[in-house]
Amino acid sequence: MTATVGDTPHKPVLRVSGVTMRFGGLTAVDGVDFTVGEQEIVGLIGPNGAGKTTFFNCLTGMYVPTAGQVIYRGTPLSGRPDLVTKAGVARTFQNIRLFPNMTVVENVKVGRHCRTTVGALSALVRGPKYRREERETEAQARELLDFVGLADAADDLARNLPYGDQRRLEIARALASDPGLLLLDEPTAGMNPLETAQTKDLVFKIRDRGLAVVVIEHDMRFIFTLCDRVAVLVQGRKLIEGSPAQVQHDERVIAAYIGTPAGSEQQA
Amino acid sequence: MSGSGVTTARRRLIERARGRVPATTARAAALLGAVLSLASTFLAWSYGSAFPGNLTIYGYPGGAQVYVLVLALVAIVLLLLEVSPLRRVLAPGGAGGAVRVLASGVFLVTAFTVLAIGVELGGLINVEWGGWAALLAAAVFVVAGRLLPDDRPAVWSYRLPDWVEFLIIALVLGLALAAFVEALAIPEWEIFLCFLVALGGALTAAWRLGLVSWISEVGTRHRGVTVTAAFLVAAAFPFTQGSDNHWLNVMVNVGIFATTAIGLNIVVGLAGLLDLGYVAFLGVGAYVGALLSGAAASTIGWNPPFAVTVVIGAVITAIVGVLIGTPTLRVRGDYLAIVTLGFGEIFRITVNNLDGSTGPQVTNGPNGIPGIPDLKFLGIDFGQSHTVFGMNLGYFANYFFLELVLMAFVILVFSRMNNSRLGRAWLAIREDEVAAQAAGINTFRLKLLAFALGATLAGMAGTIQAHAISSITPDSYQFLNSAFLVAAVVLGGMGTVTGALLGSVVLLLLPEKFRFFQDNKLLIFGVTLVLVMRFRPEGVIANKRRKAEFHEEEISEELGREARAEGAR
Repeated sequence: MTATVGDTPHKPVLRVSGVTMRFGGLTAVDGVDFTVGEQEIVGLIGPNGAGKTTFFNCLTGMYVPTAGQVIYRGTPLSGRPDLVTKAGVARTFQNIRLFPNMTVVENVKVGRHCRTTVGALSALVRGPKYRREERETEAQARELLDFVGLADAADDLARNLPYGDQRRLEIARALASDPGLLLLDEPTAGMNPLETAQTKDLVFKIRDRGLAVVVIEHDMRFIFTLCDRVAVLVQGRKLIEGSPAQVQHDERVIAAYIGTPAGSEQQA
Repeated sequence: MSGSGVTTARRRLIERARGRVPATTARAAALLGAVLSLASTFLAWSYGSAFPGNLTIYGYPGGAQVYVLVLALVAIVLLLLEVSPLRRVLAPGGAGGAVRVLASGVFLVTAFTVLAIGVELGGLINVEWGGWAALLAAAVFVVAGRLLPDDRPAVWSYRLPDWVEFLIIALVLGLALAAFVEALAIPEWEIFLCFLVALGGALTAAWRLGLVSWISEVGTRHRGVTVTAAFLVAAAFPFTQGSDNHWLNVMVNVGIFATTAIGLNIVVGLAGLLDLGYVAFLGVGAYVGALLSGAAASTIGWNPPFAVTVVIGAVITAIVGVLIGTPTLRVRGDYLAIVTLGFGEIFRITVNNLDGSTGPQVTNGPNGIPGIPDLKFLGIDFGQSHTVFGMNLGYFANYFFLELVLMAFVILVFSRMNNSRLGRAWLAIREDEVAAQAAGINTFRLKLLAFALGATLAGMAGTIQAHAISSITPDSYQFLNSAFLVAAVVLGGMGTVTGALLGSVVLLLLPEKFRFFQDNKLLIFGVTLVLVMRFRPEGVIANKRRKAEFHEEEISEELGREARAEGAR
């Protein structure tokens, strides 16, 4: 593997060029180029405040980047989250954002919203089209719950789920919009080692469904065993991008995380 | 702090007393109190016959005495039931709580009546010894009731054959209609108040027995039957009034208000958008109805059939809803409330100024449009009384039936929208707007849809209202009316049809009954709202989810307790 900056082994799903996000005088993301290939799992790491989540928000339309372009499968993404999701880029949040007073299966059904079309009139009349669509939505939602392993909890309120299950539900809701690219913001934060391992398996399974995945994570063991490629963001700039092995041994990464060593001793 | 301290001290006192008095003694004492209370209704309570109900006659319960009699009788039946073999079937959790509530009802009614006699007839000297005896009996009853053993919350889980359950639904709804008509027929506010207290006591007692939750369970089990039966019972209301128009007129107004409130509940309860200018949409509809009614004061000569007017009214209010919603829905929460309030006032001021001198002549300005003719629709002249099923009904019955049809339509829209992809999206927006948008929901469009849909329904109600009240002015659509609509929704329960209905009936009918309080109406509403927000923020008839939203802490506490209990096991 001799992957270098911007080099992608597969046909690109997402191509980000020169994305910059400024808040007044603060430049949170500074000219980042980033590419994700088909069925690729890419990790995004960096110390706290490096701009990882801001970068995610730029990709998903929560922020409109000050400069730069985000292109998903050849079409530029506009700055509105629902349109980005409709285009095929779904995300989860760092602090779980479920609909706590809806049931688990309803949460997933909401994710189907942008793939269904029934309007007010049809909902009022309840014609055959309405009934077919509701049936399909129900079936797909149940299938996804089965996929993430929450089938048994389908009719519980989302708020009553254990923490790890809430994370998985959020992934199921994101998958419900039939995305081609899934962005996971710290999917294992607060999880125990067992749950983390399950999440890793889940991400592999999602990749096998044909999706590309970008993961922000602080758990290095998780990232380095999961990802095909890892990009490191430091102070809004992309420091390095490459295979897990390359990134793991890069001095600049270690320096960014731990600080420059007083002596010259180096560790892996 | 001190308040709750006193309550706990009181509770401890009661518990200690309960520990000393055996259950049988307490039961016998309660029975004695109930029987004495019952007997006291046959005495004369007052020397003066001027007090409502004329309580000077021996051997004949009158006025509020009847309610004491009924409550005491029910309590006696329950007390006897507790020691009978039927207890396990009908009062599985024990009847102590129910009897306690009934005793409080008896005491409140008796004490209020005795006091009212004193106040209204010029001094407590007017209370005859029978009144004091009744008060003493009620006091014995209350104290003995407190000593009754605590009951467990009762759960009825009986499943009867379908036809029996249908009969029960019909019976309950019929009783509700009978109680409603009975209440309307009470002319004196004192007796009406006693009626409300007695009704509240009886309902609370039924709830303590587990009867209320069982009946509502039966109702949900046969939803279609219940809804149909409820409409049939509502349609039977004019037949209880005959050719008398007074209460029919009031109920037409209540119906229009309630229909509008249910429409508002789509906006507030389902989509979670606080609209404080909603009455403007009712106004738009009413002005469309008035202008196209062929009234002499109308500036438009065209008088299309009413069906066309309703459609035009709906379309125009929908357009106005979109026009107002597009700029306002860009702000959230409190800001939205303020902006909609502003737009509501803009409507009123605009209509005031479209009078020919400060603007084009469209609405006659502050004079409004008087003399709107009665409807002629489907070949029926709404201004005439008609004979239906051999009964001559007052002409407001026509409007009542039409209003009922519109209300059925609005309820249909409400429930079908709620249980669809759109209702789910509204709920998601209410829960977490950012997450909803990230999940692919075009939040702005969905909110605009709710806003415009609510506006359309109000507009339709408005076209009927113009004909029913026959004269409209801009001042009928001022901010205060919007506030009343919101109050009805919030009091009754956000997100439920029955809640909005109940809120409307309470808000419009009670002032009719308590003309006495007319001047302090707003004060009393304010106090009621504060009390409801303090003790039941989700409204009287709550949506399950709303309830969860308002009681997050208690629910998680409960879950924690359950989990701990499970862990201990």
